[in-house]
Amino acid sequence: MRLKGVVCVLYYEIYAGLLLDTGGGFFMSVMMKELVNKKDIERILSRIAHEIIEKNKGTEGLCLVGIQRGGAHLAGRLALKIRDIEHEEIVVGSLDISLYRDDLGIRKHHPVVRKTSIPCDISEKKIILVDDVLYTGRSIRAAMDALMDYGRPAQIQLAVLIDRGHRELPIRPDFVGKNIPTSRSENIEVQLEEDGFEDKILIQSAE
Amino acid sequence: MTKDLVGIKEMSKEDIEHVLLTATSFKDVLKRDIKKVPALRGKTVVNLFFEPSTRTKTSFELAEKRLSTDVLNFSVPMSSVVKGETLYDTVKTIEAYGVDFIVIRHASSGVPHFIARNVSTSVINAGDGINEHPTQALLDAFSIMEKRGTLDGLKIAIVGDILHSRVAKSNIYLLSKFNTSIRLIGPPTLIPEVGDYGVEVFFDMDKGLKDIDVVMMLRIQTERQSRGFFPSSREYSKYWGMDMKRLNLTGNNTIVMHPGPMNRGIEIASDVADSSRSVVLDQVTNGIAVRMAVMYLLAGNGKK
Repeated sequence: MRLKGVVCVLYYEIYAGLLLDTGGGFFMSVMMKELVNKKDIERILSRIAHEIIEKNKGTEGLCLVGIQRGGAHLAGRLALKIRDIEHEEIVVGSLDISLYRDDLGIRKHHPVVRKTSIPCDISEKKIILVDDVLYTGRSIRAAMDALMDYGRPAQIQLAVLIDRGHRELPIRPDFVGKNIPTSRSENIEVQLEEDGFEDKILIQSAE
Repeated sequence: MTKDLVGIKEMSKEDIEHVLLTATSFKDVLKRDIKKVPALRGKTVVNLFFEPSTRTKTSFELAEKRLSTDVLNFSVPMSSVVKGETLYDTVKTIEAYGVDFIVIRHASSGVPHFIARNVSTSVINAGDGINEHPTQALLDAFSIMEKRGTLDGLKIAIVGDILHSRVAKSNIYLLSKFNTSIRLIGPPTLIPEVGDYGVEVFFDMDKGLKDIDVVMMLRIQTERQSRGFFPSSREYSKYWGMDMKRLNLTGNNTIVMHPGPMNRGIEIASDVADSSRSVVLDQVTNGIAVRMAVMYLLAGNGKK
């Protein structure tokens, strides 16, 4: 789909055909649009990998920590890209923030606590925190608190695949894959190969 | 999970598996330098122990503190209970303080169930009479899975005073929800009628231990032996005590468990208790992780 030379792979509409009963007897259709495809994600991650190396002048003292689950997958991929560029192994860990969240008992779903593995002493390290979607900033607040319980890092930087706005805390990312303006009623879904999908980013809006 | 943890009997297999899985994460927390997480910050727990307990109470209290809750210990001999207040009024008063959890141990079976019905607070059973001790069974299951990777297909023997043991009952309820074979071993006077839980009963310990994977020893509850269920401790030890000679009748990988406190030389010989096959101290550590998981999941269930 080309439009005046601009690659227009975006807004490839998938009507999921979902009809959800909202409980009040009304029917609401949910529409899913693909915003970013597999190739785009690949390019975005390559760019962020270069930016991380550039900003930190190499890989010395770097440690990537991905927030479970999406962020953990992305941290793994970024680590491979950085290794390919710099020919240096880079430490990569994963962080579960359930125990540091501020909404226990408010969320609808049962909490599931996933694996945290921080394979190095993070004291005096430069930590690149990786997450898939940056939204209110509350997850990042929780992640920073969790990290501090493992040591005293020299720095924490933040890399996100998608920034969808609507911050509720003074948190800003250092590396952004793509800014996607959204409304609060919309939902951004990042699907990754590691979870058995084809890589893509979808926006779900109720109409 | 529901509002309360009153017994394993009332839990689904899925809930049990969810607790055990969550406990693995809490075990990781206990290995860190900073062993405390802010997960239940602002919540208040009352430990209401109507029976003497050191280890269960300590374990609960550590779990509560490591979840950042505020902990109140309600000590019964000093309280209004001795002034004649009913149990109902005691727990209604505690509910009115605005606490989030009541951890209860009581000498009468069914007390946690009674309290759970009457208060909106989450109630956790820390042992009720001869009925259940659910967190002990959960930590036992966690300890077995840690050593063996699974519960399925295992042959597990529970040895000793089954009749008076809430630990044994909770373990039977739990293990029977999984694909395990359960053997009960002990003197005929101390083995009750067991319903449809698919257990085998052995009065001869040497026969009962054949090909077994896990042996759970129970404490001889001297405080409940006034009616003479067996002639003497020495005789008990000879027929139903675990020593190295007996342990060698089982497979090489058999693990030995004990909920503590141990009567060394009666139900368990020192050489077994201190051997590499004994997981008694792992059980103690795991108890904290499992109790943290239980409280975290009860709080996260969104009772509002």
